[in-house]
Amino acid sequence: MRICFLFLLLMALSFSAAAVEPGEMLQDPALEARAREIGKNLRCLVCQGEAVDDSSSDFAKGLRLLVRDRLEAGDTDEAVVNFLRGRYGDFILLKPPVENKTLLLWLTPLLVLGAGLCAVFALVRRKT
Amino acid sequence: MKQIPLLIFLLLAGFFAVVLFKGKDPALVESAMIGKPVPVFDLPPAIKGKKGFASRDLQGTPSIVNVFASWCVMCQLEQGILEEIGRAEHVPVYGLNYKDTPEKTAAWLKKYGDPYTAVGDDRKGRVATDWGVYGVPETFVVDARGFIRYKHIGAVTDGAYQKIFKPLLAELRK
Repeated sequence: MRICFLFLLLMALSFSAAAVEPGEMLQDPALEARAREIGKNLRCLVCQGEAVDDSSSDFAKGLRLLVRDRLEAGDTDEAVVNFLRGRYGDFILLKPPVENKTLLLWLTPLLVLGAGLCAVFALVRRKT
Repeated sequence: MKQIPLLIFLLLAGFFAVVLFKGKDPALVESAMIGKPVPVFDLPPAIKGKKGFASRDLQGTPSIVNVFASWCVMCQLEQGILEEIGRAEHVPVYGLNYKDTPEKTAAWLKKYGDPYTAVGDDRKGRVATDWGVYGVPETFVVDARGFIRYKHIGAVTDGAYQKIFKPLLAELRK
């Protein structure tokens, strides 16, 4: 039991390792922090399910450098993301944007929760 | 009431079966560039004796833009069919040489065939990124106004030529 607890504690304390290489990083820590924030939310298209910041693939590396180049050129975070969305589509984003066509996707958890609550109420009412 | 879990299971299993056998390949990401004009670029020549190409070259007549690299194994398979498309359909085939070096490219083209009207050097891959490329090979069909009409991911096969490229190019020639 104690071992289990220790293991869980260790898991909770671990951080995900970014694949960003030292040579890629920007001198300006504020810009680098923004680049990380953007890279965390970009999908590596050749690995799938992995963020651009977490992948050591050539594609992810290229995008990391591109994001940094554009930030250094003075682009806003939004402009950088929109630049990539224009080329790779919404699939480049790990988190799909809330739009009409993604509404069902975003509302599904709420719907399921609602259905579960209804089922619980129905059961409780029948028992009492 | 008792059958409900079974029903839910069958529904889920059916859904998964359909997606598994009929669904799209998740490795293929639909291009966001279809219907858009080609990005603005000007690529220097990748090899001696052949020109590079720029966005303005892709106007006036339908054309094919093929993203390739000498380190790309799948690219070896499509050189013959690209040559055939260029010849049979009377379209220029442009080679976008992705993250490569001139020496390796020249040797590779000699070995596997050179279907290209011009070969542009995109050493850093930035122009390819502008095209929304995420792997090699990728092949674009561009219409006479310079708009991207189709993107093929992976090596172009004879089947893809007959089924997709041929009818599309015939339509674009009208």
